[in-house]
Amino acid sequence: MAAIPDGPVKSETELEVKPDSVNDIAGNPNVVQGIGGTPKTSPSVAATVASVTPPDITDRQTLLAVLQFLKKNKLLESEETLRKESGLCLDNEEQSGSVDGGSVCATGDAEGSDASLLSRVSGVTSAPAAAAVTGAPVPAKVTSATSAGDDQPDVSVVLSAYSQQGDPALYQVYYSGLKKFIESVLDCHRAELSQVFYPLFVHMYLELVYNQHEAEAKDFFDKFHGDQECYYQDDLRVLSGLTKKEHMKGNETLLDFRTSKFVLRISRDSYQLLKRHLQERQNNQIWNIIQEHLYIDIFDGMPRSKSQIDSMSGSLAGEARREANKAKVFYGLLKEPEIEVPLDDEDEEAENEEGKPKKKKPKKDSLGSKSKKQDPNAPQQNRIPLPELKDSDKLDKIMNMKEATKRIRLGPDSLPSICFYTFLNAYQGLTAVDFTDDSSLIAGGFADSTVRVWSVTPKKLRGVKSAADLSLIDKESDDVLERIMDEKTASESKILYGHSGPVYGTSFSPDRNYLLSCSEDGTVRLWSLQTFTCLVGYKGHNYPVWDTQFSPYGYYFVSGGHDRVARLWATDHYQPLRMFSGHLADVTSTRFHPNCNYVVTGSADRTIRLWDVLTGNCVRILTGHKGPIHSLAFSPNGKFLASGATDGRILLWDIGHGVMIGELKGHTDTIYALKFSRDGEILASGSMDNTVKLWDATKAFDDIETDDFTAATGHITLPENSQDILLGTYVTKSTAVVHVHFTRRNLLLAAGSYNP
Amino acid sequence: MADREERKFAELPRDSIKVMAEAIGVDLSDDIAAVLAEDVCYRLREATQNSSQFMRHAKRRKLTVEDFNRALRWSNVEVVCGYGSQDNLPFRSFKDGELFFVEDREINLVDLALATNIPKGCAETMVRVQISYLDGKGNLEPQGTVPAAVQSLTEDLLKYYQQVTRAILGEDQHLMKVALQDLQTNSKIAALLPYFVYVVSGVKSVSHDLEQLNRLLHIVKSLIQNPYLYLGSYIKSLVSSVMYCILEPLAASINPFNDHWTLRDYAAMLLSDILWAHGDLVSGLYHQILLSLQKVLADPVRPLCSHYGAVVGLHALGWKAVERILYPHLSAYWSNLQAVLDDYSVSNAQVKADGHKVYGAILVAVEKLLKMKAQSHAVPAECSASEGRAEREVSPGLSPLQEPLSELGFGFASHILQGGPGVPSEKPVPVPLPTMYNELYDFFGDSLAVRFSTGPGIRHPDGRVTISDRLFQPSDIKKEGCGAGSGNSNVETTRKMPQLTASLSISPRDDGSPKLDPTPQSCSSNSISARSASFHCSSSLPRSKSSSSSRQGQRSAPRDVFQKSRFTHSQATVPHLSFLISGRQMGRRCQGRRFQTSFPRLHPASSSQAARGYAHKLPVIGRMVKPIKRWVCSEYSLHLPL
Repeated sequence: MAAIPDGPVKSETELEVKPDSVNDIAGNPNVVQGIGGTPKTSPSVAATVASVTPPDITDRQTLLAVLQFLKKNKLLESEETLRKESGLCLDNEEQSGSVDGGSVCATGDAEGSDASLLSRVSGVTSAPAAAAVTGAPVPAKVTSATSAGDDQPDVSVVLSAYSQQGDPALYQVYYSGLKKFIESVLDCHRAELSQVFYPLFVHMYLELVYNQHEAEAKDFFDKFHGDQECYYQDDLRVLSGLTKKEHMKGNETLLDFRTSKFVLRISRDSYQLLKRHLQERQNNQIWNIIQEHLYIDIFDGMPRSKSQIDSMSGSLAGEARREANKAKVFYGLLKEPEIEVPLDDEDEEAENEEGKPKKKKPKKDSLGSKSKKQDPNAPQQNRIPLPELKDSDKLDKIMNMKEATKRIRLGPDSLPSICFYTFLNAYQGLTAVDFTDDSSLIAGGFADSTVRVWSVTPKKLRGVKSAADLSLIDKESDDVLERIMDEKTASESKILYGHSGPVYGTSFSPDRNYLLSCSEDGTVRLWSLQTFTCLVGYKGHNYPVWDTQFSPYGYYFVSGGHDRVARLWATDHYQPLRMFSGHLADVTSTRFHPNCNYVVTGSADRTIRLWDVLTGNCVRILTGHKGPIHSLAFSPNGKFLASGATDGRILLWDIGHGVMIGELKGHTDTIYALKFSRDGEILASGSMDNTVKLWDATKAFDDIETDDFTAATGHITLPENSQDILLGTYVTKSTAVVHVHFTRRNLLLAAGSYNP
Repeated sequence: MADREERKFAELPRDSIKVMAEAIGVDLSDDIAAVLAEDVCYRLREATQNSSQFMRHAKRRKLTVEDFNRALRWSNVEVVCGYGSQDNLPFRSFKDGELFFVEDREINLVDLALATNIPKGCAETMVRVQISYLDGKGNLEPQGTVPAAVQSLTEDLLKYYQQVTRAILGEDQHLMKVALQDLQTNSKIAALLPYFVYVVSGVKSVSHDLEQLNRLLHIVKSLIQNPYLYLGSYIKSLVSSVMYCILEPLAASINPFNDHWTLRDYAAMLLSDILWAHGDLVSGLYHQILLSLQKVLADPVRPLCSHYGAVVGLHALGWKAVERILYPHLSAYWSNLQAVLDDYSVSNAQVKADGHKVYGAILVAVEKLLKMKAQSHAVPAECSASEGRAEREVSPGLSPLQEPLSELGFGFASHILQGGPGVPSEKPVPVPLPTMYNELYDFFGDSLAVRFSTGPGIRHPDGRVTISDRLFQPSDIKKEGCGAGSGNSNVETTRKMPQLTASLSISPRDDGSPKLDPTPQSCSSNSISARSASFHCSSSLPRSKSSSSSRQGQRSAPRDVFQKSRFTHSQATVPHLSFLISGRQMGRRCQGRRFQTSFPRLHPASSSQAARGYAHKLPVIGRMVKPIKRWVCSEYSLHLPL
């Protein structure tokens, strides 16, 4: 399967952590996953390396690096052995400073990460040391990155891979030669092979820049950047600004590009064609790049068409590897706990109309039978430990079920009514909105660091009385719960102060007792809606936190931010339970799967990842968006996912198969809000373009014929039916839509701030 | 350069770096500066890219200084302070050379600290909900264009509206002034506009109460002078209200004690103001107004006060309107007026008084017409005038016409007439000035000649009389029948001319028409200087009375009743002469003349309902539109009830 000639790929999970988050990793044993693919002990490394004899130049360099590493870590014995075995006797001084100079080049892109991890854990090395582990092709190429003292050692190591070079003048010749070749091949192969252009272009450009051929690099860029796909424009802009070797240090985008292999999916025929061409021409420059920096995922079968390729590409690191989406996902819903619905209320209503009781009964049965029968796709009930239901939760569930019986059945012919909640005088900037599930409260996060909560029912917000007042209360009385509330300070809204930066995300707990908010200041805060005070500040993200959400069962929550890591927390732990790392850029949005077993994250690297809460593994990587993903929504049955990005497109995904099943075009600006109706028939989307759009989700999902082939390869041909699926566009009064929410009766609520 | 454009990002020239280095006392070589410049550019681009992330997550489209500073902070760079202002910071260029800078004014903190206008905090952030779409059905057109009238008013606005209407229509004069002043300057009352327009349209129900009518007109004035209001189609409604005050035989005018003439003058002035300021809002408005004025004038059944209104209305619209409507109609109208004026029967006294009013108004209008006409053809006018001078002893009159003074108001109406949309391009038959003068002279005789000749001297730049201190002459006419040819001119000929003064002085930009320069015709024999000294009239009654008595020995003329018509001019300092033509007679009611018999009482004064009563009714847009339509298409639509 794996096409890289060097050998099989071991780890499909990559761990890429930014320097400043290292401390977190060090303190958190949960992160151990993801490093599994790499060698465990240094002696074994040494042994493996030693077995590669006689060493050619590359291996020699590698050996030197290993030796240096061993020495640094005081593994003198191993060092001795290795030295003897390889027959090398070298001056260590020579190597230490040589990384920058390029005389010794670390060509491998894998590292002895366990060792570096070790050193980090033991606190030997200081913070900036970080590990960039990618799929390690061969253990033979091992290099140490832990050279303390240099500011960004791993970056220079990573970049030093570019130091191998040919004649800079020939780069253009190589590239245009390849271009000519690809343009001359058969149509069916051309689209596939064209995928090579972009990564090749980037890497060649970087090589030129790294080797300080600035003029050639500029020429190269000017000549060929127009050929690249339009959806890479943003990256190209970053690239064009980068003209010096010095710039390459510390450039995150670049680091991403370098540390992760760009993944291409190419059919076997096309690949052979390319390979033959390059070998015939002895075009080693390009061939080297392809081997070093590209991961070509070869599949058997028909080459894909241009549209097929376009729909899947666009992410920072190419498409997802196919095996990344092979893991089984239990997308079914959990069995609902059985709750006795008190019948007396229902009977009262039944008296009103005669026809109703008959209708109701079968409905209830169907609900019951559904929950009794275990969904084959559902995870085990206790796969993730969930909090026990409290009495109040049960009451709420009963309310929910009652409301559900009054729910309006939506469809193309019966569209929901829309209520718009306009935030007026929000000069400070509204940045996030959330509704409670029962639509009784609305919370707004603002750029002035405040969180404000409003009651949208006539019931005012009441806090608990002060301690002094509480001591006066008759604690034996029946209505003690009522008496502890402070009627005097009751108001329509409450302001929560605590953050020291714009609040980018808010989320209510399902039981309406808590509110989460995350902010630019790097913290997630938990607020009590009883006392309207802050209970906990969760510190872990050292960078702005872009989004947070409570799990549908409460207790757990997920957060994601600028440090590219999504974290899973429990409200009673001050440290995260899981860290989901793998995204190559900021985690911009996070959502829980309805069954609480999975977390989905959208990122600025234009991929969506689905993470297993139990194992912490990434089980799905979904590519296809052409911009940062700012909104995500699961369908109520847990089977489908909708995602919206800055490019104004909504993509629909089948979680089980891990394939894209729809593309909804229509919005003209970033989609900040997505929500399925309670029954999953309608998808509502809210965007910066001041519109709410309704989509026929049923039709979108039904139209997909999932035969085995597409399911197996993920090569889906998307129908161009956005206009058929679009049910309506609803314009606001110059108000960007920040949030959409369906009430339990399927009334659509939307919210945004009016900014004239 | 081409490279720069292609790359699409800012680049810092090396010189800038050197200048900055010099500023902190470092001397850089060119090479270092070049390297630094490039690096700085790169860092700037990097920071900009990072800052866009903060913008996206704040769900904004606009990158702010704050975003940029956050990006800087997260890359451990000191933030840039001092640019947090929401206002634009425009780059200004230095005059010589290509130097641009951001203006950085020094602010005196002491002034700021001691300033009394402490800015209020912003309004409280709040959430409002409305059902935007029912069952997915709603208006598919963008909702941003909902007419102001259906906007739900906030409580504050409603309170403001109630307070203001109460103050304006209430008892307290001072309060009224304050309220009107606020109405004129408040920038936030756009949503209330339909409500006020509705209140104003209440004129039809208070036609018995001059005071209320006056106040409603003041509201109109405030509204049209408020620079923050876009009147839009409400202008029609306002115009129809004003026209009502000008033209209708108000219930209040039954009582001769009521000075409805002043009201009409004021309304005419308002009309010109409206057309002046907002005439372009509704196409054809000017033409429609002309049409309805013409109709009233041509209808002999209408009472004289309506005719008076039509004349002052035309006069307010400018001399071209007068030339187009009034002048051709004059000969026909004259016979009627003549009949009234020549009837010396006691029973006719009242009507006759009214007739004199009309006479005076026409005289003023015609005079203006002649002057403007003369001015517009300055040279030929002078020639013709000089001829006329020889013949008719008007000689001194025409030459001063060319003085720029009268250009002050030269032609708002003519501007509209010529350029206004929807006004038919038909030009009035060009009547040569001499012919016109001759014709007019036939009607007015020497009174015209005299007035005409003294034109330019009067206009006083500061001639502003507010309505409150306007000349009010309760009843200074003793007799009127005996006025003609009597030697005791100061008594019997004290006739109040229509108080066009008011309109003149309040709207100085008006084309100067009501230049009421009352010199008796006998003055024509006087020297110019003497006459010009006599222009000034008192602005208060007693003064006018006393001064009127000072002028004596007027030679009687064909229309000597008018000969001593005097106009107040607000140069109150030198009250020289004021012969007043009074349009009113006290204590006499004359009925039975045709002017009176046809007096239609469409809105009996019985309804004591004050306009205030309307304050609480919410107007519906449709209601605002309806009367306008009627007004457009029906003949006497102005008095159709709303």
